[in-house]
Amino acid sequence: MVPIVYYLILSAILFSIGVAAFLIKRNIISVFMSIELMLNAVNLTFIAFANHWHQVSGQIFVFFVMVVAAAEAAVGLAIIIAIFRTRSTLNVDQIDLMKL
Amino acid sequence: MTGSLNLWLIPLVPFAGFLVNGLIGRKLPKLLVTAIALICTLIPFLLVAKIWLEFSSVTTPYIEHLGTWIWTGAFHADFDLQLDQLTMVMLLVVTGVGFLIHIYSVGYMAHEEGYWRFFAYLNLFMFFMLTLVLSENFLLMFVGWEGVGLASYLLIGFYFLKDSAVRAGIKAFVVNRIGDFGFLIALFLLIAHFGTLDYREVFSQIAQHPEWQGGILTAIALFLVLGATGKSAQIPLYVWLPDAMEGPTPVSALIHAATMVTAGVYMVSRTHIIFDRSPFALSTVAIIGAATCFFAATMGLVQTDIKRVLAYSTVSQLGYMFLACGVAAYSSAIFHLVTHAFFKALLFLAAGAVIHSLGGQQDMRVMGGLRKKMPVTFWTMTAAVFAICGFPPFAGFFSKDDILYHAFISPNGGKILWFVGWVTAGLTSFYMFRLWYLTFLGESRADSHELAEQGAPVHVRSDSKLVSEAEHAHGVHDSPWVMLGPLVILAILATIGGFIGVPAAMGGHDEIGHFLEPVVGSGPRAPVGESSGLELALSASVVLIGLLGLLVVHILYKVKPDLPHKLATRLHGFYNLVVHKYWVDQIYGALIVTPLLLISRYLLKGLFDRGVIDGAGFAAGATAQGFGAIVQRVQSGNIRSYAGWLALGAAVLLIASYFGYTAHFSPQ
Repeated sequence: MVPIVYYLILSAILFSIGVAAFLIKRNIISVFMSIELMLNAVNLTFIAFANHWHQVSGQIFVFFVMVVAAAEAAVGLAIIIAIFRTRSTLNVDQIDLMKL
Repeated sequence: MTGSLNLWLIPLVPFAGFLVNGLIGRKLPKLLVTAIALICTLIPFLLVAKIWLEFSSVTTPYIEHLGTWIWTGAFHADFDLQLDQLTMVMLLVVTGVGFLIHIYSVGYMAHEEGYWRFFAYLNLFMFFMLTLVLSENFLLMFVGWEGVGLASYLLIGFYFLKDSAVRAGIKAFVVNRIGDFGFLIALFLLIAHFGTLDYREVFSQIAQHPEWQGGILTAIALFLVLGATGKSAQIPLYVWLPDAMEGPTPVSALIHAATMVTAGVYMVSRTHIIFDRSPFALSTVAIIGAATCFFAATMGLVQTDIKRVLAYSTVSQLGYMFLACGVAAYSSAIFHLVTHAFFKALLFLAAGAVIHSLGGQQDMRVMGGLRKKMPVTFWTMTAAVFAICGFPPFAGFFSKDDILYHAFISPNGGKILWFVGWVTAGLTSFYMFRLWYLTFLGESRADSHELAEQGAPVHVRSDSKLVSEAEHAHGVHDSPWVMLGPLVILAILATIGGFIGVPAAMGGHDEIGHFLEPVVGSGPRAPVGESSGLELALSASVVLIGLLGLLVVHILYKVKPDLPHKLATRLHGFYNLVVHKYWVDQIYGALIVTPLLLISRYLLKGLFDRGVIDGAGFAAGATAQGFGAIVQRVQSGNIRSYAGWLALGAAVLLIASYFGYTAHFSPQ
């Protein structure tokens, strides 16, 4: 039996990588992937705790997260395609219309 | 009497008329507007008449509680209406004369723009005036008091495209506001001293403390007098009334002669319990009354505008009423108020008929000889002229006589007051018969060359051409019956109205005096024994000086028509003084209006408004803009910078919670 702290450390590392990638990467697809990475890091925590406390609610929550992530991926990829068609770039630094 | 009298309907019906005509009158056909306006004044009149018929079975004062208005701590003011003898008389005058003038206006205003607006305002006036006389506390009275001022302003400025009318309206409103300020201070003093504004409570508190004399009561009374001088056009605030003649003539008749301007007299009579405790305030009222009555009469002597003569005569007659109040003869004041309402409304309406038929001409110098052309107007006007001059048996004789008699027997300087009033009676007779001669007798001066010889200004001569054109165009004739009907009714009232107060000395019973006695007391009493002979002698002297006035007018304007001009040249100084109305308008202008304007323009507007208020606003705006200019850099539109801030925030929270700031997060 692996102690829960290992899962948590792994999850923290994955989440931190996700955050760092989100901040550093300029390609939208990479940013998108880093978001998925963060979501799955959280999922890992949920599962670990669910197992630890013998409670099923954590696992149910993971399903919700996966559903939302799937929906987000669908919408997000559609947006990315639309942006690429209009601006011919995937660099987030050049997509800064949302300012004054 | 059981059951409610439904007093609340009396003011609210005209208000409903105002709402309908005021809101949608523009789109209604003229006939409907007329019907609404007339019905909404007829209903109150019928209600009042019904109450009058049942009055003997009403226990007075009858109070009608409609609801609570203000209730804070110990102070409360309610929507309470009151009916007693004084209110009854006022109600009859306001609704009766008001209804007649509404009818007259249908004819007078028939071809005017803004017909619906006129009747809406007129109904609004009725609402406020009836509120004023029906109210049971000072605060509700103040509502009516302000409201009639508003209606008066709206109606004076009715021809709002005419600059002089707009100015006159503003002048009336501002001058009235000065008086209202006095009224307001009096209300504050009443609250501070009595803790209530209810008539009954104030008066009963005063009655329980016979030791209260002068002091705070004098202060209250004097501030009330300031209010009354504004509304009732007394010195020093009379200046607005002559200018108020810019309004349509029915307005002058209703508001600026018969009803609103008598509000001050009503108010003093209503609060006479306060005045009775303050001899100083009473003397002030008497002196103001006597001075106003005399000076206004002298100004009336030389006016050439028919309505202005009547305006000054109104100021002068109101002075009589104040004089009566000042010698504590309140029932005489109310008596004169009633008869004055009849004959002065009649004078204005008849003058209106003359003006109307001459195509808007108001200058008496170009009138003349209208007796044959307008017989009904002439005869009704004659009744009014005789009534105001105090010839028996016309209405003004009894009421004026009553006032002068009470002034004479009053202990404090009564003889002087009487003398002033007596001389004024002569002046009244002079200026009224002058108007009568110039307008109706002799030959028409339209188109005549006399004017040029008499040195009349050029515009008068061109006016005379206009009149003669009007005369030739459609012939000067009496007005339609919708206008003549009210004239005739008022003429009858002005003739016989005085019989409600025939004094005992002439074999009458002084009905109105006894009727009002429960409210206003019986007035000063004559020394025993000499009263009836003295009273007869005094009335004879008043009639004599009236006849003297008539005689002088006859000589000046009939026998030797060139004499007035010569006299004016001879008495150049005095003539100039009265023609320019003692320069009062100019003095007020220089002493009060100009400094106020300068202070407003430079100190208040330039320094305070521009500097402080605008400055504070601009400074606040500039601060916000500057702050925003710095902060807006955060919103770069760059997603990675947003994410960076987000991560930073999360990190800060994480570290904070790690170091123990978890109080608000702990689940248990």
